Amino acid sequence: MTKTITDVICPFCGTLCDDIEVLVSDDGKQLLEVNNACVIGSEKFLHSQAKDRVTKPRMRQEDGSWKDVSYDEAADYTAAMLAKAKKPLMYGWSSTNCEAQSVGNEIAEISRACVDNTAAVCHGTTLIAVQDIGLPTCTLGEVKNRADRVIFWGCNPAHAHPRHMSRYSIFPRGFFTGKGQMSRKMVVVDPRVTDTAKMADAHLQVEQGKDYELLNALRVAFRGEWLPDVVAGIPKEKIREAADLMKSGRFVIIFFGMGVTQSLSKNHNIDIAIAVTKDLNEYTKCSIMPMRGHYNVTGSGEVFAWQFGFPYSIDLSRGFARYNPGETSSIDLLARSEIDAMFTIGSDPGAHFPISAVKPIANMPSVCIDPHMTPTSGVSKLHVPVAFNGVETGGNCYRMDNVPIDCRKVVEPPAGMLTDEQFLVMVRDRLKKLKGVA
Amino acid sequence: MSEYIIKNGHVFDPVQGINGDKKDIAIKDGKIVDKVGSGAKVIDASGKTVMAGAVEIHAHIAGPKVNLGRIYRPEDKLFSCTPTKGMERMGGGASIPTTFKTGYEYAKMGYTTAMEAAMPPMFARHVHEEIRDTPIIDEGAFPVFGNNWFVLEYLKNHEIENTAAYIAWLLRVTKGYAVKVVNPGGTEAWAWGLNCLSVNDPVPYFDITPAEIVKGLLEANEYLGLPHSMHIHPNNLGNPGCYQTTLDTLALAEGMKAKNKFGRESVMHLTHVQFHSYKGTNWGDFESGAKEITDYVNKNKNITIDTGNVTLDETTTMTADGPFEHHLTGLNNLKWANCDVELETAAGVVPYIYSPNISVCAIQWAIGLEIPLMMKDPMRCYITTDHPNAGPFTRYPRVIKWLMSKKARDTQINAFKHKDKVLSQTSIGSLDKELSLYELAQMTRAGPAKCLGLGGICGGLKPGMDADVAVYNFNPDKPVANPDDIETAFSRCAHVFKSGVEVVKNGEIVGTGNKRTLWVNVKVNDNPQVMRDINEKFIKYYSMTQANYEALGHHFVPNPYALEVDATHV
Amino acid sequence: MTKNITLNLITGRTIQQGVAIESGKEKPSYRTAAGIIEMDDADFKRLGLWKNTNVKVTSPHGSVIVKAVESAQGPNPGIAFIPMGPWANAIIDPNTYSTGMPTFKGTPVTIEVAINEPILLGIELVQVQCGVKVG
Repeated sequence: MTKTITDVICPFCGTLCDDIEVLVSDDGKQLLEVNNACVIGSEKFLHSQAKDRVTKPRMRQEDGSWKDVSYDEAADYTAAMLAKAKKPLMYGWSSTNCEAQSVGNEIAEISRACVDNTAAVCHGTTLIAVQDIGLPTCTLGEVKNRADRVIFWGCNPAHAHPRHMSRYSIFPRGFFTGKGQMSRKMVVVDPRVTDTAKMADAHLQVEQGKDYELLNALRVAFRGEWLPDVVAGIPKEKIREAADLMKSGRFVIIFFGMGVTQSLSKNHNIDIAIAVTKDLNEYTKCSIMPMRGHYNVTGSGEVFAWQFGFPYSIDLSRGFARYNPGETSSIDLLARSEIDAMFTIGSDPGAHFPISAVKPIANMPSVCIDPHMTPTSGVSKLHVPVAFNGVETGGNCYRMDNVPIDCRKVVEPPAGMLTDEQFLVMVRDRLKKLKGVA
Repeated sequence: MSEYIIKNGHVFDPVQGINGDKKDIAIKDGKIVDKVGSGAKVIDASGKTVMAGAVEIHAHIAGPKVNLGRIYRPEDKLFSCTPTKGMERMGGGASIPTTFKTGYEYAKMGYTTAMEAAMPPMFARHVHEEIRDTPIIDEGAFPVFGNNWFVLEYLKNHEIENTAAYIAWLLRVTKGYAVKVVNPGGTEAWAWGLNCLSVNDPVPYFDITPAEIVKGLLEANEYLGLPHSMHIHPNNLGNPGCYQTTLDTLALAEGMKAKNKFGRESVMHLTHVQFHSYKGTNWGDFESGAKEITDYVNKNKNITIDTGNVTLDETTTMTADGPFEHHLTGLNNLKWANCDVELETAAGVVPYIYSPNISVCAIQWAIGLEIPLMMKDPMRCYITTDHPNAGPFTRYPRVIKWLMSKKARDTQINAFKHKDKVLSQTSIGSLDKELSLYELAQMTRAGPAKCLGLGGICGGLKPGMDADVAVYNFNPDKPVANPDDIETAFSRCAHVFKSGVEVVKNGEIVGTGNKRTLWVNVKVNDNPQVMRDINEKFIKYYSMTQANYEALGHHFVPNPYALEVDATHV
Repeated sequence: MTKNITLNLITGRTIQQGVAIESGKEKPSYRTAAGIIEMDDADFKRLGLWKNTNVKVTSPHGSVIVKAVESAQGPNPGIAFIPMGPWANAIIDPNTYSTGMPTFKGTPVTIEVAINEPILLGIELVQVQCGVKVG
């Protein structure tokens, strides 16, 4: 006999779909089938069942080989590393639950670490912009029920958030959008003809890196002022058309992604996108929302903020929280070789940091807590595999619109495997002893 | 558990009518008791003031908009970060302190209970995570109902029973405490960029007026017999002339009587009245309407209020009144955050600087003080700053100083740039009243506890009540040499006990207590129609499933304290 | 001198890359999904390059061997796309300009044919660049 578990939350992207159905064996030890999830989400659930999974912590030996160690030994190494380090970096947190993040913050506070999450290479610049100018936003259900103008700027949900359009933004029939897709006009701004752009009513193929100019031109167009013939590769007629389309909406939503946060101008791109949103509120209703990547990067920012006061890139080394992206952010800390121990959890900087920021990790004491083998575990001294959060353990997570959803455990982890939180508690308790903290 | 006896303090306890008498307070097993054994630890309170732990009835201290404030205002942490110290975790933030700092600051001032004033139901799990991480103080949270689609649809047809069944369901799944209403109808209108500025402005599409929403929720609240009354932030907040809308709202409660088993006598709590007591037609002829409002409230015993005192600080405004925050960013051009929440509510956040050099701010300051000074029954008027809207809660000692000392008020008035305008547009200059310690205990302890339906549990020092006790370095026998001494005394307690555990000693945290989450568990008769409506709304309109909506599990509410209400008899 | 062309490199998610990271970054499927450079047909012609052959991509920040494939999401002449991952990160501009964010999009790169050079696996590529001794 098998059983179906409904209302399961998918721990992949910030869309945080919570309608997944999972078929598990009667003893709850095997996950057999995944329904409703996108292809990435399905793979995430199914890969937890891989037979070649690493189930024991491993230390890198002098000769370069791995040696299996116990969780106790792993926790001893981690606590000793953090206790000894002058300025450790504790990075990641975006693919684990808020409970583990909380324990991690305690550890960071005791070891006076720098703490950061994957916003560092994702929506960090968005956060800087929000701190400059604010953020008029809404929950995804508002989009579903009301939005008749949907703008995707520098993001490609067809690939990165595969169920976003069907669940929230384009296809669903909501309260005031009874005709679904027919109720909405879709605009895509992207230098490539992405699969999302191919679906759009209007595609503005902006010159790469010229988003600021185009957004600025839209603000001019809203006011009906003079425009040059071409801005950022887009003819002015097309800009005016897009501006009119947005102004004529009853509820406009702008979604934006890495296309603007990672291009030159960075936070300034977001600044002006938010200014566009504010402008539109003089004519109609408009909200803007970052397409957050990891399923709980938002949660990490929330937990950091209510415990330390800042959403990412926090330096606790002076005994209180400091925040100054560019100085206290992971990439810069690594590039300046300012840190002397690396603790990674729930993310893969080895794969997603520029290589110049990865090289220092290989030359310092380092721990990687991750269920997978990754480039980060590949360059770390200690790899601690853990249960898959959202599959083998539950815990609270925050969707891209900050809505908290409690993940579900659907299947048992392999015998003897710990969760992130359990392992972190072991490290915390050891660290307290080493540091003589009550 | 340890036993304590607090000896020889001047006790102020309106619950028992004790007005400054020297009396010993005994603590055993977390409760106030008549006497304790000889082994009890003795706290010498001679020459000090002893009161019950204070009760915060309205503050924004946990949840999505508070955290949005923290996230988007790094400047609020400048010079306000506190390091790890003994039992204290790191903290930071002046107007929007981190959760740990929030708990410590309240406790150090002698507060042991606080209510989060606006919980978007869909974000209940977030609110509870922050409450969990706020040490020491007991907390409850008020889910917002005034723009909720279920409520709008039921009340359009005046379906009180269905509204009540929905309230009971929502309080249970969100672990909520009371029925909060913010800009009824106006916030739903804001989803289209509109607003409802009077009690008769119809809500777009839903074809209902704010008056009908308020009236219906008042009735539903009493139908259920909830511990707290309906708690309202009416329409038209913060605009010159808004006092008329406030009076129109208050009138909706006329003739209504409280029905509950918790000792509550009011049916409507009107919050941060200062923001709702403005006369005039523009910012030039802006003037105080405190007299009109307090005259009405003084006459109508079924109303309670809290003040919303402006503290003349830089702060962060935040409210579920989304259109107001949009209006405010237009006035001060500071950064605007907003979040509309599907089917339920919205919220806005804008920083604000209450400058003593701006006449409007100074007049707001005066109105906030006029209200408590004009109220005849201190048991129906509570001190708040609507934290952080009119100022941070950490300024309570300063507000107390202004209320207890005319001299302190005059000093401030003389420091205003537009002193003459303050004196001509308000009556603050002619108010000689100085609050007594007994009245202070009424306004910060006995009163709010009673209004919240917690009168039997906290806010007093009667044997059997929770042993929440604050001891202040303030000798009521001695004349106050300098009003600033009042502020100093109420800033840092000599001792604070929370449920019988010593949590503060000499102004320092010495224990983290046994923090509880207060919520209200209402039993109602089965209502298949409402359950079906809920089910349908989740399938069709919510962006999450009903099965994932409830705040369930140890990590959200690790130490719950449920007030049980049985509404099945009706 | 070897013939080369200069393109503007951007990086980002593809659904294939997403599936591959969830099925195991140690596996060849990760290389198949992310050890590639997507180029426009016109740029293939300019370089005189056959589709699905290995190329060396060089920027001021490093170089990497990847397989050149035709853009799945084009046309986009002048723009090259490498899915996010270690191959892209070997060459993107790490400068954060004091924002904390590297410049993942908009790095000028030169492409040259490297038909006989091997494309490393994801973990291997990072280990080699970092000089990690693997037993």
